[in-house]
Amino acid sequence: MEYNLVDARGRSCPEPVIMTKKALDTHSGREHRVLVDSMVAVENIKRYAINQGYSVKVEEQEQEFTLHIKK
Amino acid sequence: MKKLEGKMIATGGIIGIIAALLVKFGNPVNMGVCVACFFRDIAGGLGLHRAQVVQYLRPEIPGFILGSFGMAKAKGEFKSRGGATPLIRFILGFFLMVGALVFLGCPLRMILRLANGDLNALVGLVGYAAGIAVGIEFLKRGFTLGKSTAQPAASGYTMPVLALGILGLLIAAPAFVFFSESGPGAMKAPMLMSLGAGLLIGAMLQRTRLCTAGGFRDAMLIKDFHYLWGLIGIFVFALAGNLVFNFEAFKLGFAGQPIAHTEHIWNFLGMALAGVTAVLLGGCPLRQTILAGEGDSDAAVTILGLIAGAAFAHNFGLAASANGVPLNGKIAVIIGFIVVLIIGVSVVQHVNRQSIATRSKKEGGASVGI
Repeated sequence: MEYNLVDARGRSCPEPVIMTKKALDTHSGREHRVLVDSMVAVENIKRYAINQGYSVKVEEQEQEFTLHIKK
Repeated sequence: MKKLEGKMIATGGIIGIIAALLVKFGNPVNMGVCVACFFRDIAGGLGLHRAQVVQYLRPEIPGFILGSFGMAKAKGEFKSRGGATPLIRFILGFFLMVGALVFLGCPLRMILRLANGDLNALVGLVGYAAGIAVGIEFLKRGFTLGKSTAQPAASGYTMPVLALGILGLLIAAPAFVFFSESGPGAMKAPMLMSLGAGLLIGAMLQRTRLCTAGGFRDAMLIKDFHYLWGLIGIFVFALAGNLVFNFEAFKLGFAGQPIAHTEHIWNFLGMALAGVTAVLLGGCPLRQTILAGEGDSDAAVTILGLIAGAAFAHNFGLAASANGVPLNGKIAVIIGFIVVLIIGVSVVQHVNRQSIATRSKKEGGASVGI
């Protein structure tokens, strides 16, 4: 299975959301995984993706997060 | 989603009411909470500028930092991080402060002024939104201050320790610290009340991430009104709080507003400069202060820029007063726009040159097979 990977670790507001938005706009229909390292980014991306009609699952490993975003 | 909106309105509401109460108990009118003014007062208290009417080690600021620090620690979110283009952050912070002191207040005070009938703040608000729109254009073209990385613990603890140091100096009041005997710097709520208010706001904002720049930015950029609800909460509850606690101070109009001037173009441009710099920095002065408490040393550098900007603003006669904006202040704002423009263009060019990074950003990520 293919997925689209966005690495937004270390980026300050609102870059992780912009990067996610670009990914969702460009590669529709695929699963997206977004890597971030702050809860703020997790919350902002989650809110954005859910508002756009996606479902979001969050995985945490040692203060780093992977968001799985699917239609 | 309704629950989230309610939470943001409540957060803003508490800030609005606290601001009204701090005015009732001694802070200057429409300055219950003002991040730019308070950093300016602290710069004065430390003798970095000698404007005698604005010198006080405002305990609200260490309160914000330590409140955020405590909450971040409790929630496991404290993380020493930084190293993302600190010098440019310092410069942007510097000019953010210049813009704020030409307008006479940070974006938070702008909302509080508006909530007390000061229509000059409406002009400032339009300027702030315009500045944010310009900042968004840079973001859309790929503007970034790069990636922060993990830093030594000493880096992340710097601002919380500095906050304790400021409180220590406030309590010990050694001879080398300056305290205004008249003017806004002499108007202050009781120390413990100010500190408590700061701690509460700091802890609350660490959780809710409220940011005055983020509110407008996200509404314009991605149609997300989450943070804007918080700003509306500040406005509505500060208005209500002022009408209840400071009714005699409420006045609708442009002329004769407390610690404000009526030079519309400079109210507009001052806040526009604050808006564009806040977007490029990823947050307003309030948000930077909260981030600095969480161990973000990039935000800490931004704060040092704000403090330096405040010191220069008074040493060089840039800051406005009720009499209006001095010529030097106008020139400084124009220089600020030129510098911000150069930084913006330079960063965008740099990003576009880095082809790999650009491709991954422009195309929205890289494909990975599993």
